[in-house]
Amino acid sequence: MISDLFSMTVLVGILASGIRLATPYLYAAIGETFGQRSGVLNLGVEGQMLLGAFTAFYVAIQTGNLWLGVLSAMIVGAVMGLAMAFVTVNLQAVQGISGIGFYLFGLGLSDLLFQRVLGTVETVKGFPKINLPVLSDLPIVGEIFFQQNILVYIAFALVPLAWFVLKKTTLGLKIRAVGENPEAADSLGVSVARIRYLTIILGGTLSGIAGASLSIALLNVFQQNMTSGLGFIAVALVYFGAWRPFGVLGGALLFSLVNSLQLWVQVLGIPIPSDIAVMMPYILTILVLVISVSRVRAPSALTKPFKREE
Amino acid sequence: MSKPSHEKWYAKLIDVALPVFATLAALVVGAVMLLLLNVNPIEAYAALWEGAFGSQNALAETLVKATPLLLVGLGICISFRGDVINIGGEGQMIVGAIIGTQVGLRMVDSPGWLVVPLALLAGFAGGALWGGIPGFLKAYFNVNEILSTVMMNAIAVQLMTFLLRGPMIDPAQAELASKIPQTARLMENFRLPRWIPTRLHLGALIAVVLAVLVYILLWRTTWGYRIRSVGQNPDASAYAGIKVKNYIVLALVLSGAFAGLAGVMQVYGVNYRMITDGSGSGFTGRAGFNGIVAALFGQLHPLGTIPASILFGALLVGANKMQRVVQVPSALVIALNGLVVVFVVSSEIWRRKRQRRRLAAEMALQKGAPGESDGSEAAHYGGEVD
Repeated sequence: MISDLFSMTVLVGILASGIRLATPYLYAAIGETFGQRSGVLNLGVEGQMLLGAFTAFYVAIQTGNLWLGVLSAMIVGAVMGLAMAFVTVNLQAVQGISGIGFYLFGLGLSDLLFQRVLGTVETVKGFPKINLPVLSDLPIVGEIFFQQNILVYIAFALVPLAWFVLKKTTLGLKIRAVGENPEAADSLGVSVARIRYLTIILGGTLSGIAGASLSIALLNVFQQNMTSGLGFIAVALVYFGAWRPFGVLGGALLFSLVNSLQLWVQVLGIPIPSDIAVMMPYILTILVLVISVSRVRAPSALTKPFKREE
Repeated sequence: MSKPSHEKWYAKLIDVALPVFATLAALVVGAVMLLLLNVNPIEAYAALWEGAFGSQNALAETLVKATPLLLVGLGICISFRGDVINIGGEGQMIVGAIIGTQVGLRMVDSPGWLVVPLALLAGFAGGALWGGIPGFLKAYFNVNEILSTVMMNAIAVQLMTFLLRGPMIDPAQAELASKIPQTARLMENFRLPRWIPTRLHLGALIAVVLAVLVYILLWRTTWGYRIRSVGQNPDASAYAGIKVKNYIVLALVLSGAFAGLAGVMQVYGVNYRMITDGSGSGFTGRAGFNGIVAALFGQLHPLGTIPASILFGALLVGANKMQRVVQVPSALVIALNGLVVVFVVSSEIWRRKRQRRRLAAEMALQKGAPGESDGSEAAHYGGEVD
């Protein structure tokens, strides 16, 4: 039975679905990277994702337009981000706790809306697979990487883009400055508040897409609490990846590949308790945090509200 | 202290009133949401009230729901006072319950007076262990406790579903196709006494007694003083000779222990077996999160957490009635809890401003008349530093 795992078709299947399952982690964690780089820990990602997932699903079902679904999820995520920004920047609320508040809000509201508006579990025809020309015909590699839906491709494209923005642009420099030394950034004329608003709203928007990618691209259903902790993992991935987009990518792939492996183990009926398999990435994350924290430093101003001295 | 007394009493009044305003604000937002869903909010809230306080049984159910919130909340008071953000109540409840249940399932031939206290202690220890790990990692490896406690929650959930579907499964269920993830029922003499005919159990009383003890711990013992001191100013505490690392671990150990106790009491007081529905919150009912809400609402004061827990217990119980009467899903209450948290932590800015003003006034006073200030730092979270 276990040997079934090592046949070529199964291995390719595991890797292909691993790539696919990395999608929600990537959107959410890349968004969170921007927020944390500017000094704000948004622990409400899970709630933003749930609301995004519901909105995308509902709009897609009502209008039949998947892109309109994604757009609405982005708007809902951005509004949640705006609220989070107001609370953490203007009201200087404790970030970890207000994030839990936003999580509970999104969890409850998405469930409430689901039960009131939809009532039953329905399915939607999600984003179709797009076979990239030439690339998808490559043996093995083609099937793993280039026969995915559009939201998967965008998610992976986001990683180098985020790296470029953070590392090579003035905006990126400002974001990092605000996260490392807000006082200095402020004295050089960078508006700490504006940058943080920008990154938190961006994070919310991307979390909205992360939710949409679950409900109308990967699973094509909406259920209560369908993210089941995925948003919290996305936050941890940012630490895991040491606040760098490519590090985040590595963490996301680790989680998604283990999940994919676990799903295949169940499909093939291999008698390994899947609970134990699912536990592994969490344990690994803690271990990586232990190792990486001594090596890599978090943005100095992370979780610290900025108040201009007068 | 030599500040004008009139400043103090009304300021304290507003301190107490702030969470009440936050709740009212959340209820108003909830009313708007209900209107948008074409539900009369007055009817919905009336049903909620009726469901929570309308009868002897309703009131008892409210207190049953309030008990785990209070216990988790007491732990939160300890850790947040130490500036340690314990989000791991869910996992700590689960591990406490697992270890506590083991006691009852293994010692079937022992008398109840021995097994029940032992089981509660085991639950306390299980939670302490599950909280202690992130505490240790924070103190010695600088691992962010918010993340590690969230990870520990996920690990505990998987551990629970593994055990309840496998090694710990009810032998009766193991033979059925349904395979409900639950343990065997506890012996009848292992159950916490109930106030018949309701489900209100002795655990509620124990929780209230513990609230008083936690108050004494935090404000009348050296341990408590040091936990709070480390929470307010770790550098100054270290300078004063306090072993900061130890008190970070202690804060999380105690915090986890109370959550573990909350978990084991669900088993010995309410369900008489450990049972879940397969989802992450199936066993805890999200008390690990809602306990944070209750503690914040109670201003991170153990005694304030008592009425706060009853309030949120009432919301949870009333939500079921509301669902039946006006068909509003009880999920509304989860959303409202979230709003309360956001509003309460947001309103903290008012208190911080006041404390800054007071500190400034005291310093000015000090310059005028030397040696009058106690020089206490503005507290990070609510409450006075007495």
